[in-house]
Amino acid sequence: MIFLKWISRIYLICILLFLYVPILVMIALSFNESQLYRIPIEWSTRWYEALASNSKLHSATLNSLTVALLSTCLSTSMGTAVALAFFRHDFRAKRLLQVMIFPPITIPWLIIGTAMLVFFFWVGIGRGLHAMILGHVALSLPYVVIVVSARLKSFDSALEDAAKSLGASYWQTTFWVTVPWLMPGIIAAALFAFAVSLDQFVISYFLAAPGFTTLPVEIYTAIRKGFTPEINAISTLVIFLSMLLLLGVSRFYRFGGRN
Amino acid sequence: MNQRAAILSLITPAYLWLALTILLPLSAMLYYSFLSDVPIGNREVSWTTENYRTFFEKAFYSELMLRSFKLGAEVTSICLLLGFPCALALAKSIRGRTKEALFLLIILPFWSNALVRIFSWTMVLRGNGILEYSINWLLPGTGPLDLMFTYPAILLGLVHSYLPYMILTCYISIDAIDNQLLEAARSLGAGKLTILFRLIVPLALPGIVAGSFLIFIPVIGSFMEPRLLGGRNGTFIGTIIEDQFTAVFNWPLGAALSFIMMGLVLLILFGFSPLVRRLK
Repeated sequence: MIFLKWISRIYLICILLFLYVPILVMIALSFNESQLYRIPIEWSTRWYEALASNSKLHSATLNSLTVALLSTCLSTSMGTAVALAFFRHDFRAKRLLQVMIFPPITIPWLIIGTAMLVFFFWVGIGRGLHAMILGHVALSLPYVVIVVSARLKSFDSALEDAAKSLGASYWQTTFWVTVPWLMPGIIAAALFAFAVSLDQFVISYFLAAPGFTTLPVEIYTAIRKGFTPEINAISTLVIFLSMLLLLGVSRFYRFGGRN
Repeated sequence: MNQRAAILSLITPAYLWLALTILLPLSAMLYYSFLSDVPIGNREVSWTTENYRTFFEKAFYSELMLRSFKLGAEVTSICLLLGFPCALALAKSIRGRTKEALFLLIILPFWSNALVRIFSWTMVLRGNGILEYSINWLLPGTGPLDLMFTYPAILLGLVHSYLPYMILTCYISIDAIDNQLLEAARSLGAGKLTILFRLIVPLALPGIVAGSFLIFIPVIGSFMEPRLLGGRNGTFIGTIIEDQFTAVFNWPLGAALSFIMMGLVLLILFGFSPLVRRLK
């Protein structure tokens, strides 16, 4: 048994190495002086300094944050409402509606992205900020519903009944009793949605307009033009931001465990 | 408060949104796939099944579709082979805070940007990259590896991207297996392999199936990974579909190819449905 225990530990370490080594290499090379990624590494922060004066990246970052913030607000409120409806009420077509939430995860993003491009173009919505928000909200909705529903599983409906018997209306109960109790779940869902939007590349790629791109789209264009350590620097910043977000989520939501 | 009004006001915004962003776009795409040209301005547009016929008549497209499905199957199998033991070790042989920390470490990269992670592999695999440098340092005279822009490079990048999905779904279903059940099997004389294959694997099947679909579906539609890691060897159905929309502007053909791909995925899902139904 002891033997098996060690094997499983060593195996886990190997998997972690596989997952992290490329990322660490990429980060290390962002601090390398050489334009051509010469090894051994000569320590330098010149690529981060270059970022400071890259106005194209600045506006792309600002766009990414705007899209993420707006779509997080929208998808968190709509997703929470759906989770509440599923929790409180039984109604016809509930099963069907529950299944209908998932297409954004189960259809390849390539197909969803191109379909949105075709449709938005056709009806005159076009591309750009509003189109991206439309797309990102749809993608993060399922995650919000899943996370908030998980929190609702441990909610005691007696609390709502008590509020009602004391004279609170349906919406008063919702906003003064249920939502405050759900807050940790809602915050986790919002952070999740924010991360989904910030990392989303495929949908944004098809919905980006000539004057409006997001950070991932800008990074992709840069990589296709050729590798420069400046891309490493911006990627490093992006990685740290998303990991920070996930650590934030884990404070409120226990992954794979009982919530 | 009227119950029906309450339900409607809670769910209407979300489902209207989904209709506008998923249902209507997919319908529009289906419509486009039967058109002879993009209906812009005064172009003559007629109904046709030519876009679908092109797929069946030109071997080029069906071969690429096959290549994409093969890639999907390979990535999924490798993820299963690597991820299942990892989930098992995590769920059953590690306890307490270490377990929680390790689990978080494994899913942490999964939420970092997919594009950035693929980019990090180009740093490792490229000529004069880290891998070549370290191997030549360990075994001088190995020379160049030429891994960048090859099929294995694409495989490696995709496995790296999707492995956490498999670990996550398998972990959830293995973790739910009652330890007393395993104890009982052991005390009745079952060997380790018997316990693994007759108890743990069948009970973890929902996680395995869920993980496999969560990996297989996006992989066959991938285009960014093959382009960045595969270069000229990175032509798959996903990159061809992307080309139709961003470079060639043959939207009807791109739409038809997308629907053929979705149809094939549905066929596979349907084929697996007896298995999935048994799991319920």
